[in-house]
Formats: sequence, structure tokens, C-alpha cells
Amino acid sequence: MAFIDYYKILGISKTANEADIKKAYRKLARKYHPDLNPNDKVAEKKFKEINEANEVLSHPENRKKYDQYGENWQHAEEFEKAKQQQQYKGSYASSGGYAEQDFSDFFEHMFGGASSGASGRQVKFRGQDYNAELQLTLQDVYTTHKRTLTVNNKNIRITIPAGVENGQIIKIKGHGGQGVNGGPNGDLYIQFSISNPTNFKRDKNNLYVDVDLDLYTAILGGELTIDTFDSKVKLNIKPETQNGTKVKLKGKGFPKYKKENQFGDLYVTYHVKIPTNLTAKEKELMNALKNLRK
Amino acid sequence: MKEQDLISVQLLCRRYNVPNSFIIKLQEYQLIEVIVRQDDFFINVKQIKKIEKLMRLHYDLDINLEGVDAIYNLLQQVEDLQEEIKFLKNKLNRYE
Repeated sequence: MAFIDYYKILGISKTANEADIKKAYRKLARKYHPDLNPNDKVAEKKFKEINEANEVLSHPENRKKYDQYGENWQHAEEFEKAKQQQQYKGSYASSGGYAEQDFSDFFEHMFGGASSGASGRQVKFRGQDYNAELQLTLQDVYTTHKRTLTVNNKNIRITIPAGVENGQIIKIKGHGGQGVNGGPNGDLYIQFSISNPTNFKRDKNNLYVDVDLDLYTAILGGELTIDTFDSKVKLNIKPETQNGTKVKLKGKGFPKYKKENQFGDLYVTYHVKIPTNLTAKEKELMNALKNLRK
Repeated sequence: MKEQDLISVQLLCRRYNVPNSFIIKLQEYQLIEVIVRQDDFFINVKQIKKIEKLMRLHYDLDINLEGVDAIYNLLQQVEDLQEEIKFLKNKLNRYE
């Protein structure tokens, strides 16, 4: 546990008065407040530091104790033990992904908990929202399935609907931090990070795949069996199919989010493969064909 | 709208210890919607989270309502842009 220089955090001198502290806190809080910096972990950390510094320096008793013991905080336990009876209550916890009660070990050691906030409002507020990331593969999100997550040592069983998008966020109500002063619990926000190890490219509900087509089938037509995302399908190849021809297989794409039994389309692009290592006989026949086209 | 989705402005203000005039001001700035039923004012509970955020900006950061209005609208734009980036990134993955 390291000593924290609260004056440095607020950018003020040790002789700063209450107005200076308030001014410095307001300025930095406006810059780093989680409401103004959504999903910014660095700003959130900075805000917690600023908030903690303000908690100490804006309350004369806390400031006196801090100034008196400062870097020798380890000896502060003996400091007026009677004062430990004092009840500290956090004024709020935000839904912006932080909680005022979230103080450093240094603070907890010296002051035992959160004191009342800068505004002094005793209000009921929701607990903080938790954010979590869930790593899944494209195959995982092809079907609706249940999964158990552990968030803050609690197991939560959630249903992951088929068709969720990479980066999509779902809200699990009431599974965030505990409410403050009897306020409701925060929510848990789960962001899906979906990797795609398959040959299929996804764009919303549609899938795209490239398939190789041999030259002779491309020229003469025929049948080709290809893999769709979950099965196989036989395709009729038209004679004289050109390289790069795209065909749409309706309803063979990705499931539509929260729309049961509805699927996007699968777009297949043919890549005509030119034969290599031709034999003398093949070359002779190719030349014959070439001469026919002259 | 169902009755259970509404909370009276009076109750809300008492619970959050803010004056009624604050909620009315938010409505004047078109930041929230206040519903009038039987001569009483209500808001939809879905707006509570937004109101909490506006309260924090106003009371905790000492930003006046003109500033809150501007900040809230800018934050909405940031959120929309982040959504668009996410959508475009997913689209870009198709070509990688």
C-alpha cells in the first residue's frame, strides 16, 4: 500500500484553502467524470483518484489527519480511536460505471470508508453498473444458448440469443453493484466480442463465402456441393459461369437476432480455378479449342 | 402507457432530494418528458437513469442547465458515433 499525495492529484499546494480545493476538484471532475467519458477506463480511474483526494481534503478533520500523518500513515490507526465510531455514508453511486465508495487501500486504512460526498445530498441512488466482456465465436452465436457467467463472485445464468452482433451490449437488470442508501441495484452490461474462425464473412444477418469452381464445371455447367454454415447444399452451376459470379442462397445466412426461425441470406462467390501442370495431351486439346475460337 | 410505468414528479423529487423546479426545468429544456395525468405530473420510470445523470451533471459538477443541455446532446452524438464505428468495424471485417 503506497502513500498517495492528494494535493498532487488535485494540483494544489498544501496551503490551499477550501475554495481552492473545491475549484480544483470541480475542474478535474468535469474533465474526468464517467458521465462525460463513457467507457473510458483511464478517465474512470482518474476520477476515482480525484474523488478520493476531494473526500480527504474537503473535510477538515480528514485533512487534518492526513496532514498530520501524511507519509507515516501506518501510524494513523492510533489517531483518535474514538472517531472511528463516526458513521460514513456515501452520497451516491453512479450508473456511469463507478462508485464513490471505491476508494484506495490507503484511504480505507486511514479513514475507514467513504465520507459524505461533496454536495452533501443524502439521496438514494442506484448501484454502479458493471461492464463485462464475453468472448464468443461465430459458431457460438449461431444458436440460442445458455451460459453461466461469474461476475463479482456471483454466478449468473444468461440466455444468449442467436444472432447477436460483435460489439453488441445486452443489459442484465439488477446484477450490478448494490444500491446506495436503499437505492436499487445497478445493471450488468455484457458486451459480446465475437471472433470468426470460419470461412464465412458476416454482415449483420447475411453470410458471404468464396468457393472454388473447376474450369470444366464453370464452362459446361454441373453440380457442386458446398458447405453452408450448418449443413451442405447442392448447387446447380449454369454453363459458362464466369469467375466472380455471385449467387444468393435465400435463408441460408445467419439467424436474425430475436426473430425465431428467420435467417439472412448466404452469398456464394465462385472462384474459377485454372488447371495447372497440364499434360501434353491437355495442351494439345486446349490449343485445338483455342483455334476453334479464332 | 401503463400506470405502473409512471412515477410522480413529487415522489421522485422527494426521493432524490431535489426541488420540483429542477424536473420542470429539465422538461423546459426538452431533456425529459413530463406526463400530466389528473392534474398531477409524472415521468416514465425509463427516464430515471437519464434524470440521475442530469442530476449528477448539474449538482455534482456544478454545471448550469444550459451546459447540461449542451453536454447531454454532445454525449448523445458521441454515443451515436461510437455505434456507427462499431457497425463499420463489423462491416470492415468482411473485407479482411
